[in-house]
Amino acid sequence: MRRHIEPFWWALFSSGGTLAAFFLPVLIFIMGIAIPLGWIESPGYEKLFALVSNLHIRVFLFSLISLSLFHWAHRFRFTLYDGLQLKHLNRLIAVLCYGSAITGTLMTGYILIIFSSH
Amino acid sequence: MNEQITLEVLRYRPEESSKQIYQSYDVPFKKEWVILDALNYIKDELDGTLSYRWSCRMGVCGSCGMMVNGEPVLSCASFLETFHPGPIRIEPLENFPVVRDLVSEMSDFMEKLERVQPWLIRKDEDPPEGEYLQTPSQLMDYKNYSMCINCMLCYSACPVYGLEPSFLGPAAIALGQRYNLDSRDQGEKIRNAVLSEDDGIWQCTLVGECSAVCPKDVDPAAAIQRLKVSTTVDFFKSFLMPWQNR
Ligand code: SF4
Ligand code: FES
Repeated sequence: MRRHIEPFWWALFSSGGTLAAFFLPVLIFIMGIAIPLGWIESPGYEKLFALVSNLHIRVFLFSLISLSLFHWAHRFRFTLYDGLQLKHLNRLIAVLCYGSAITGTLMTGYILIIFSSH
Repeated sequence: MNEQITLEVLRYRPEESSKQIYQSYDVPFKKEWVILDALNYIKDELDGTLSYRWSCRMGVCGSCGMMVNGEPVLSCASFLETFHPGPIRIEPLENFPVVRDLVSEMSDFMEKLERVQPWLIRKDEDPPEGEYLQTPSQLMDYKNYSMCINCMLCYSACPVYGLEPSFLGPAAIALGQRYNLDSRDQGEKIRNAVLSEDDGIWQCTLVGECSAVCPKDVDPAAAIQRLKVSTTVDFFKSFLMPWQNR
């Protein structure tokens, strides 16, 4: 039986979708809207930095960002296939989409590691 | 008093013209009439050349599917009243080649149904003494998926099938799942190999229109989604527990 890689991408896609739906709106609301607008008092750089230095938080952020990227990649790939009728370019599209997600994942990992080892 | 309603029927008669044209018919507007009654009225009273399929006129045979105002429906289960005051557009099922008027070519669908091996597959050749026993809850596991009447409305509604005619499609996949979930069946592995081919479940982008139009609440979208989950679990298992691959 030929083994397909598709379940692998789909697993990343669906777990990313679940995580993103649960956490991203709240995070964006708190970090991107409520704190900058002063609705919530800012915890300050030191406290946030300490937070991000925590191993659990780093693992969480890494999974959240990386899996959300893979969720995007999968969705965008099919949007290009079906929406723009570009199925004949499927190889290229898959490489570009998943490639971006992999690059983003590596960058996220790199940044999070730098943060910890200061 | 005798109110009429207009049906604009998309006709195709290859011996007369290679083009499809709309033809309008005025039929009596009756509350108890379904679209199929109106078509039968046209056929009997106005124009005997109109072609369409039907048989049971009670939502069981699955042969009377067509597009009514752009939606795939069973014409025997859609009341004229819903579309009052008209006119009502009647077209052959979308995504299928047309043989004549409202009659579509369904051999592609038939071939796909067969491909999922919709029968009980057993490892042991000999049938048991008497029948295979099944509890009511084992029956419930797949009963929903066994309600399909092969009306092809889901294929008409599916944009992926429209773009990619090789896609195995909602009803065929739901039918495969129906046998996968049957406690008497042992053919899941064989069937899943077909269902997860390039033309199978991974083409689906969960638009969900198949389940929305299904007259029997088969919910093919859910069947596909469940298969994606179980195939993905199998995929990872085959790496983590390679000794199980046989
Ligand atoms: S799944 Fe529903 S819509 Fe599709 S062929 Fe079967 S009964 Fe018709
Ligand atoms: S005529 Fe049989 S389902 Fe409509």
